[in-house]
Amino acid sequence: MSSSTLDASAAHEPLPAAPTKGYWHSVFGRLSRDPVALVAGLILLAILLVGLLAPWVAPVDPYATSMLSRLQPIGSPGFWLGSDELGRDVLSRLIYGARLSLLIGVMPVINAFVIGSAIGIVAGFVGGRTNTLIMRVIDVFYAFPAVLLAIALAGALGAGLINSLFSLTVVFIPPIARVAESVTTQVRNVDYIEAARASGARSLTIIQRHVLGNVLGPIFVYATSLISVSMILASGLSFLGLGARPPMPEWGLMLNTMRDAIYVNPWVTVLPGAMIFTVSICFNMLSDGLRTAMDVKL
Amino acid sequence: MNNYFLKRILYVIPITLAVSFFCFSLVHLSPGDPMDAVVSPDAPSEVVAMVQSAYGFDRPLPEQFALWVSRAVQGDLGLSAANGRAVTSEVFSALKNTLILAIAASMIGFTMGCTFGTLAGYFQGSWLDRLVTGFAVGGVSIPHYWLGMLLVIIFSVELRWIPSSGAGPGSSSDWAFEWAYLRHLILPAVTLSVIPMGVVTRTVRAMVADILAHEFVEALRAKGLAERRVFLHVVKNVAPTALAVMGLQLGYLLGGSILVETVFSWPGTGLLLNNAIFQRDLPILQGTILVLALFFVALNLIVDLAQARLDPRIQRG
Repeated sequence: MSSSTLDASAAHEPLPAAPTKGYWHSVFGRLSRDPVALVAGLILLAILLVGLLAPWVAPVDPYATSMLSRLQPIGSPGFWLGSDELGRDVLSRLIYGARLSLLIGVMPVINAFVIGSAIGIVAGFVGGRTNTLIMRVIDVFYAFPAVLLAIALAGALGAGLINSLFSLTVVFIPPIARVAESVTTQVRNVDYIEAARASGARSLTIIQRHVLGNVLGPIFVYATSLISVSMILASGLSFLGLGARPPMPEWGLMLNTMRDAIYVNPWVTVLPGAMIFTVSICFNMLSDGLRTAMDVKL
Repeated sequence: MNNYFLKRILYVIPITLAVSFFCFSLVHLSPGDPMDAVVSPDAPSEVVAMVQSAYGFDRPLPEQFALWVSRAVQGDLGLSAANGRAVTSEVFSALKNTLILAIAASMIGFTMGCTFGTLAGYFQGSWLDRLVTGFAVGGVSIPHYWLGMLLVIIFSVELRWIPSSGAGPGSSSDWAFEWAYLRHLILPAVTLSVIPMGVVTRTVRAMVADILAHEFVEALRAKGLAERRVFLHVVKNVAPTALAVMGLQLGYLLGGSILVETVFSWPGTGLLLNNAIFQRDLPILQGTILVLALFFVALNLIVDLAQARLDPRIQRG
């Protein structure tokens, strides 16, 4: 509602006083009118909140084992969503798992967004030989399918959360840098940048004041589209035993350890994967909505 | 005209070198002494000596790399640290099985993707379009290792229709084109086909919609061409891109099959990698990554060259 009034006032004034605030306001306004993106966003928010409030929400301790109640099916008394191979409550582990799974899925993209944008913007802004050199190095990483690169790095470095975070960050830097480079190159040749340069502004000032505001939006939208893949890959690494270590509650790892019970307790086994799928598809739809709302074409 | 082809082919050389260097450095990335990474702690002393001389860890890094590349070119990727067998033969026998799986998955994914994409593109905005688009988003968002488990539960655990693991009857790792073996291929291939299906569907849908909006389509209809013939024109325009996308997807499947192969115990490079990670068998890890990455580079080259052949506009840049 507030955004529509803002739009109306913007129509009267040729130059709005605070263009950035108005822009994000209108993006958010358009996003909240997109039912699919709205639902996806709300689901993600709910999962995040439940994860953050895990100690208060989870019925029992996610680490508490019970040899007497192993592999209980869904709907057993005391175990709403069953129990795993060590008799731990699956519901509590799914709730606590949201913390780690979201963290290891989202963090690599955030890291890669910061590093990849920096690399790409510098390459695009400086241009010439530096650009060629940086982009050729980036090209090398395209010689590996993403999954293979992540597994190669994580496999060589050894199991562990930090190593898996690092590997996935490396996987996502090249695509983000590429997008950052291409949008920066477009912006670089625009007249007002020429004007800024002609008036004697330093490169850093031009990047700060004129380039960042124009390129961060598209790069951000692109980065959000990678979160879904990152979620799948991060949990996939844990599934292979390369990310989270037992007994941590993490969805990919839970899927791995409960897999042995697939013939005994099949439907409990698939629950962690259903969570990964839900989060992944919600991020995809939210990202699609954001792309439309920000009118980004990549 | 030949300039483009020559440039594209020459470009493979630095990429290949860089990829080799990355794979070479994996041994050094691994924590601790690289020697411990490539040979098992209980190996006999003559094996240790042999490995020491083969890798030359006491020499400077560039020399080690040159040594490693010269051995790799001759087809010697070292010995598995876990069982002492030659890495090259292990990798190539596994690669055959991965290729069977990846090609089967590509064929399923491509056929379904083209069908769905064309339907959605033709009936844009209809309920069919929305269904297909939703399906495609699901296809690229689903953790395929989880989908594999789901299919196992439905078709192997509950319905008991098809086997859930291995490549054939018994624990056979040699695949044959017979029903007994095909049964084992169904679930992993369908699981793996979901990603290319999603990607191809999206691409084909966007392209069909784009081409139908062109004036030439209207002109063809205006001159009274039957809708079937108009469709052929659309196909002709979509085919090169769809094939290129599929070619690249085949490459991604080679890397992406690791998780699916693990779920189905399919004896390919993915399972090999998984075991290598489990046993910290660096030579196998390094060798498999190298072969898969070079395969991917070659596939990229073929796709680019084929696309340039089909679409002369690309050559002109």
